[in-house]
Amino acid sequence: MKKKKNYNLILGCILTGLVVVFVLVGLVYTPYDPEAMDSSLRLAGVSLAHPMGCDNFGRDILSRVIKGSGTTLFVALGTVAIGTVAGTLIGALTGYFGGIADEILMRIIDALFAFPSILLALVFVSLFGSGKYNVMLALGIAFIPSFARIVRSEFIRCKNMDYVKLARLAGAGHLRVMFVHILPNTLSVLVSAVMIGFNNAVLAEAGMSYLGIGVQPPDASLGRMLSEAQTYLFSAPGCALFPGIVIIIMVLGFSLLGEGLKKTA
Amino acid sequence: MEKNVLTVKNLNVSYEESEGKFFQKKKDRAVLKNVSFTIREGEVVGLVGESGSGKTTLSKAVLGMLKRYEGEIVHFSDKPQMVFQDPYGSLNPVKKIGWILSEPLRLKGGYSKEEQKEKVEQMLLKVGLSSEIADRYPAQLSGGQRQRVCIAAALMLRPKLLIADEPVSALDVTIQAQVLKLLQKLQKEMGLAILFISHDMRVVYQLCDRVLILQDGEIVEEGPVEEVFFSPKHAYTKTLLEAAGILEEGV
Repeated sequence: MKKKKNYNLILGCILTGLVVVFVLVGLVYTPYDPEAMDSSLRLAGVSLAHPMGCDNFGRDILSRVIKGSGTTLFVALGTVAIGTVAGTLIGALTGYFGGIADEILMRIIDALFAFPSILLALVFVSLFGSGKYNVMLALGIAFIPSFARIVRSEFIRCKNMDYVKLARLAGAGHLRVMFVHILPNTLSVLVSAVMIGFNNAVLAEAGMSYLGIGVQPPDASLGRMLSEAQTYLFSAPGCALFPGIVIIIMVLGFSLLGEGLKKTA
Repeated sequence: MEKNVLTVKNLNVSYEESEGKFFQKKKDRAVLKNVSFTIREGEVVGLVGESGSGKTTLSKAVLGMLKRYEGEIVHFSDKPQMVFQDPYGSLNPVKKIGWILSEPLRLKGGYSKEEQKEKVEQMLLKVGLSSEIADRYPAQLSGGQRQRVCIAAALMLRPKLLIADEPVSALDVTIQAQVLKLLQKLQKEMGLAILFISHDMRVVYQLCDRVLILQDGEIVEEGPVEEVFFSPKHAYTKTLLEAAGILEEGV
């Protein structure tokens, strides 16, 4: 039988790879200083010297998009890392042990679930202030419930399997059973959840920065750039267009990758 | 004189049972009533009874998986090991066979990587599998191969007592015979005592030295296989034998 090609995975890898290369290059090289202003280039259009034009302060958009993608990706990575690690821990413990602690924690998580994650993050940021790291923490905490739920249900599915009983009989402790025997069985589900979470994180960061409560200047982020560009949407569409395109590529790449991985699992 | 590997004295187990209504007092339902028996070294004891008679509960109690029980369970050796009915659920699907088999050694500690590998290979050969199997995942094996791996995993630490809960009833008839032969061979080689839980009287007759008949949580008859099978005393034993076609009806 001919194996069907996993186009989602291939395309997802290409797009994600592109974004990653873009960001990595940005770490060592940008065509111009992303924060250097030049009033003579205010809202300059697309040219050979400035392939994406310049913004309202005369800053090179290409350089800012490169730096901004880095910030957005960094915040999204941090968010997903916090959400995944804490969510996995909570989900594993509650799913595996069950009982009263499980009931209490899951009701708290249900309550958290009732709020949109962006709203939770908003509350957090208004309490502790904005900025790159606070946004990351705020979104990360808001992401914990969904991961905890997924991991918990997988642990409940696995914990009564015979191989878990046999591992206990062979002398494995609870922690070893949880993280060495059961956790790898949840990976296929967890990986696609991480990919979807990553997308949501990119969009949430962009959204928060757009609302002005996310990443603060002079840090460039894609959402921040969109927010700054909206006044000039008609006079200089490039200011909004290019960051927007990068967000689309990022999100598309990760969702395709997630879908693709789900199919291989 | 032969030594005992397991003594169970006056074992009583009951489960709390509520009918799913709130504020209702939970009732205790007795699952095992005053069960006593011993297993001697190298002895194969069959445990027969219909589903719901408490067979699985008894095996759980013996393995120490029950928290609530009354009575005495005394082991005279290391922890007994277990072979379950379903070879598909008994092997972790994301681990290679070699990893699964070496896990008991890792948990016990004191074996180097090379020693582990060697022991795994020896055990695989012992259960009639080739050593290449160590690099495969459970999904790449047949049901019979999986059950052989399960037996190998249970025997890695050379327990004195093995509990086998319907170990062949999920397999094809031809494979059943092979796995039973294997169990018999290993039992003789390793001087293993087996508590063989089954509802299949023919298999019990083939494999066991002694048999316990369990009905509604009580041992209603016990004795050497020949005796129980050819001159059953209890009505329930007769019914079981008749159902299996071993005893002719009305005899």
